Amino acid sequence: MHGFANPARFLRIARWLMPLLMVSGVVLAAASLAWGLFFAPAEGLQGETVRILYIHVPSAWLGMGGWTAIAVASLTELVWRHPLAGIAARAVAVPGAVFTAVCLVTGSLWGRPAWGTWWVWDGRLTSMLVLLFLYFGYAALAQAASGAGQGGSRVPAVFGLIGAVNIPIIHYSVLWWNSLHQPPSISVGKSAMAVDFLVPLLIATVGFSLIFGGVVLARMRAILADIQAEARLRRKAGAAA
Amino acid sequence: MTNPAASKGAAGIKAKHQRLVLVAIALVALIGAALLAIWGLRSQASYFYVPSDILAARPDPDRGVRLGGMVEKGSLKTEPDGVTIAFVVHDGKARVPVKFKGIVPSLFVEGSGVVAEGKLAADGTFVADNLLAKHDEKYVPREMKEMTEAQAKQVVAETQ
Repeated sequence: MHGFANPARFLRIARWLMPLLMVSGVVLAAASLAWGLFFAPAEGLQGETVRILYIHVPSAWLGMGGWTAIAVASLTELVWRHPLAGIAARAVAVPGAVFTAVCLVTGSLWGRPAWGTWWVWDGRLTSMLVLLFLYFGYAALAQAASGAGQGGSRVPAVFGLIGAVNIPIIHYSVLWWNSLHQPPSISVGKSAMAVDFLVPLLIATVGFSLIFGGVVLARMRAILADIQAEARLRRKAGAAA
Repeated sequence: MTNPAASKGAAGIKAKHQRLVLVAIALVALIGAALLAIWGLRSQASYFYVPSDILAARPDPDRGVRLGGMVEKGSLKTEPDGVTIAFVVHDGKARVPVKFKGIVPSLFVEGSGVVAEGKLAADGTFVADNLLAKHDEKYVPREMKEMTEAQAKQVVAETQ
């Protein structure tokens, strides 16, 4: 793990891994969406509306997965002081928030024809909205912490760990409390969803996840470049004085 | 005068292990607080009552509540006025008759889930002023849905 602690070594890997993730992700996501939109069957009760599934579910997975990644990176930063952990967590915040927002918007568009309402304050929808606000809070904190000198502040990492409490709440909200949102269709080892829906959905999830990984690597490179540029400016200012 | 054993013990714990223990303690406290909050919210966080809840603790006739459950098969009827529908919501343990006048969501069918917003009248009928359809976790292709169980099994066997 600490082999990647050296930013130069990380950048060497990220330089070829990032485009690889992006291209394979876009190919898989496009193929699975075409499959889902044009070739997968309509659902027995919901009909054609079910096709929004292929965007809604991967977005939900990445919104929640993004915060899980922030929590793991925050723990790594707090305990092992890994130099790239804080940067990785910062890099996840924006794509995580975007996918959470996509999940909420597609869910709302789906809810109108399926349930008969755009929005209800049930456990699942409310906890997912809370996740979006947590992302906003995290992004603001990380921005403020990076402005204050060398990014030595541990406040975003502490916030990242505290916010992780919401992730199991989102997952179990439909099991603990009566909710309008359906319980999970897919759990480890079994699926209440026919294979016709499951296969394009899993491919879409892998595709969007690869894109997510590519965006995170690109943002990590950008943040590292910013830090380098700032350090160079500071050295120049020091030499001139 | 320092105690050599104690100072050796303190130095023996690596800084990162100390941080790990601190973070672990903080996380345990945090998860405990969250579990307490969830336990405290267990009734308030539910979006609707199921029939057995609502019959066990009947709400006042003028209090708006939500009733959720399955629409009993064969119970859906249209009243003579042509716009009012009547059906029974059940949760496997209890049943509540519901009346609703208005447009139903397209997924509202017998044998599927429903959430009715309205009031429980004194005579035990739930008078709904809004209906929401609740889809379950099962996703079945439309073609398979129209087949009988045996036909579907045959198709699955043939394609495997």
